[in-house]
Amino acid sequence: MVCAASVTLFRYTTMAFARPTVLPDPTFYPSPRDAIGAPRERLAYVAAIDPTSKRPDALDAIDVDPASARYGQRVSRLEMPNAGDELHHFGWNACSATLCPYAAHPHVDRRYLVVPGLRSSRIHIIDTKPDPSQPRIVKVIEPDVMAKKAGYSRPHTVHCGPEGIYISALGNPAGDGPGGVLLLDHNSFDIIGAWERDRGPQVLAYDIWWNLGFDTAITSEWGTPNTIEQGLDLDVLTSKRYGRAIHLWDLRTRKHQQTLPVGENDQMVLELRPAHDPSRPYGFVGVVVNVGDLSSSIWLWRRTGNGRGKWEFNKVIEIPAEPADPDDLPPALKPFKAVPPLVSDIDLTLDDQTLYVSCWGTGELRRYDVSSPDRPVLVDSVYLGGIVRRAPHPAGGSLNGGPQMVEVSRDGQRVYVTNSLYASWDAQFYPEGIRGWMVKLDAKPGKPLAVDPRFFPDFGTHRPHQVRLQGGDASSDSYCFPSS
Amino acid sequence: MLMHHTLMSGIGAWPLVSLALLGAFHGLNPAMGWLFAVGLGLQERRLGAVLRAIPPIAAGHATAVAAVLAVVAIAGRFVSAEVLRVSAALLLIGFAGYLVARRFAHPVRVGMRVGWRDLAVWSWLMATAHGAGLMILPVVLAMAAGTTPAAHSVIATDTIALVIHTIALLSVMTVVALLVYRVFGVKILRRAWLNFDYVWASVLVVAGGVTLFV
Repeated sequence: MVCAASVTLFRYTTMAFARPTVLPDPTFYPSPRDAIGAPRERLAYVAAIDPTSKRPDALDAIDVDPASARYGQRVSRLEMPNAGDELHHFGWNACSATLCPYAAHPHVDRRYLVVPGLRSSRIHIIDTKPDPSQPRIVKVIEPDVMAKKAGYSRPHTVHCGPEGIYISALGNPAGDGPGGVLLLDHNSFDIIGAWERDRGPQVLAYDIWWNLGFDTAITSEWGTPNTIEQGLDLDVLTSKRYGRAIHLWDLRTRKHQQTLPVGENDQMVLELRPAHDPSRPYGFVGVVVNVGDLSSSIWLWRRTGNGRGKWEFNKVIEIPAEPADPDDLPPALKPFKAVPPLVSDIDLTLDDQTLYVSCWGTGELRRYDVSSPDRPVLVDSVYLGGIVRRAPHPAGGSLNGGPQMVEVSRDGQRVYVTNSLYASWDAQFYPEGIRGWMVKLDAKPGKPLAVDPRFFPDFGTHRPHQVRLQGGDASSDSYCFPSS
Repeated sequence: MLMHHTLMSGIGAWPLVSLALLGAFHGLNPAMGWLFAVGLGLQERRLGAVLRAIPPIAAGHATAVAAVLAVVAIAGRFVSAEVLRVSAALLLIGFAGYLVARRFAHPVRVGMRVGWRDLAVWSWLMATAHGAGLMILPVVLAMAAGTTPAAHSVIATDTIALVIHTIALLSVMTVVALLVYRVFGVKILRRAWLNFDYVWASVLVVAGGVTLFV
């Protein structure tokens, strides 16, 4: 009788999108170590923008299965309903965080991609089933709905977490501060509202992630929409009004706890990469530029006293600018006679041992050993593109743009890099116009990084930005259970 | 003791077995607490943290069940057994509908840094939100129907019901938590964590049906 009733109830479906499953989605793993053993990805989803805003932006599916006849090729392009969205970052409806014991709800599919338009403030819900190579749009949340329900605009980072889907947003609908975080219901994909209960002094926003084992969320700072959308504003930069800190929040009470500033001249504090292991109270964040010497830096936030003391924040990596002939530089950089590294993205492998750092200006992808997080060691580096260097790819010839978004497979053996930053900033640093590319590197243990000569998809006139790997990657999931 | 003895013999074995089975069923559900205890143990890397988490979780659950029993006991002073039986049955079926309609959403008020108070409150909320107390109502009402309707005997049957239910819950929870922590590892969740939600709602519906028609 109980069985019959269960089946009847199980078949009952509401108007919500996510249908219940009998077992947790097979791509959910309790710990990062378990996820490292996941099967290899066969598809990569890539946000691709049209820099002219004439054609709609697209979500491309790229075949990344080396056994496939279409390896390295685009297998589908899903155009958005409108032009000019500026697709940027995106994320899954559900991930390994659904296994968290205090808020468990693992009987859902990892199925929908939540794809915001950073410029349009439109959020697209894209279904990757039944055919993962042919995703389709099932819902679009318009900007006025976000403005009304959450008071935010310019949605950026998407993370699945304990209370639903968290989306950071750069500002308010007028393009000013404060930016913040909004919550999306993971069943209906309705906006629940602004996440914060007390934002304290926080105004600028960019990324959000967390150290789940310490109930601590971290947010970072880029700039308000009005200070970035027309391009990098040198007045704002020299008057130090771009982001200069990270913020710590209590995930339970949603209250601001602490502001941790970077150095006096450091600006634009972007990608947050907390340790995946929830028992490790630390993480890394990239800082784009120091206005004194044009260097980039990586900072480490860490809670002392075995995770019970105070939070500290220190610079652990500094990457200097490279001197250059002004003739080789775009107008914005000529006076400086140097190429800034412009670290725009970093990515931490699931074992928390390796940090990849993209230097979009100098065209370099660096690999650091961060097994001692406060003493990173540079172990390897690969050159691709760059403002002056234009380092080539075996299948693509001379490249422009540089390594920008970097994504690592769960087993840590493959690294995918794309080269578009943000259309109006692309135009300042690469005024000749960026040719979009996506490069794959093999990162076999104990061997140097190797560019895969077979992998160079054609994006046409579009430019690729963030990559999400089928089933999850090194920046898609959060875990509540430690690796050991 | 003598009173309890006569009570027990008057009640018979099946309600007691049912109470124990329901306790075991609740204890087996990862969402009721054993998984939380395991998670805390893994986070702190010691068995003591697992064992320390279980009593407050069981206490929170027991308090949630006790609250339901108390409400019913008080209601029993004012309405007939028949009205109580039918209301309880409708409440059970209605609650199952509510869980399904809400898609089993439940409140999140804690995190991974929790003391015994947090755990007890969390467990109380989870048990209440899942209708754990409601689920044992049919058995308690059946027990009460087999005894004299004096106030002290209601308290006695309720206490027996609560104790048996909680002991079964505590035992199963502890055994499962230890097995997962020490033997299987949390990776077993990927293959073994069946969706309890619909089974749970079904048990509520069946319990309601039994109360109504038996």
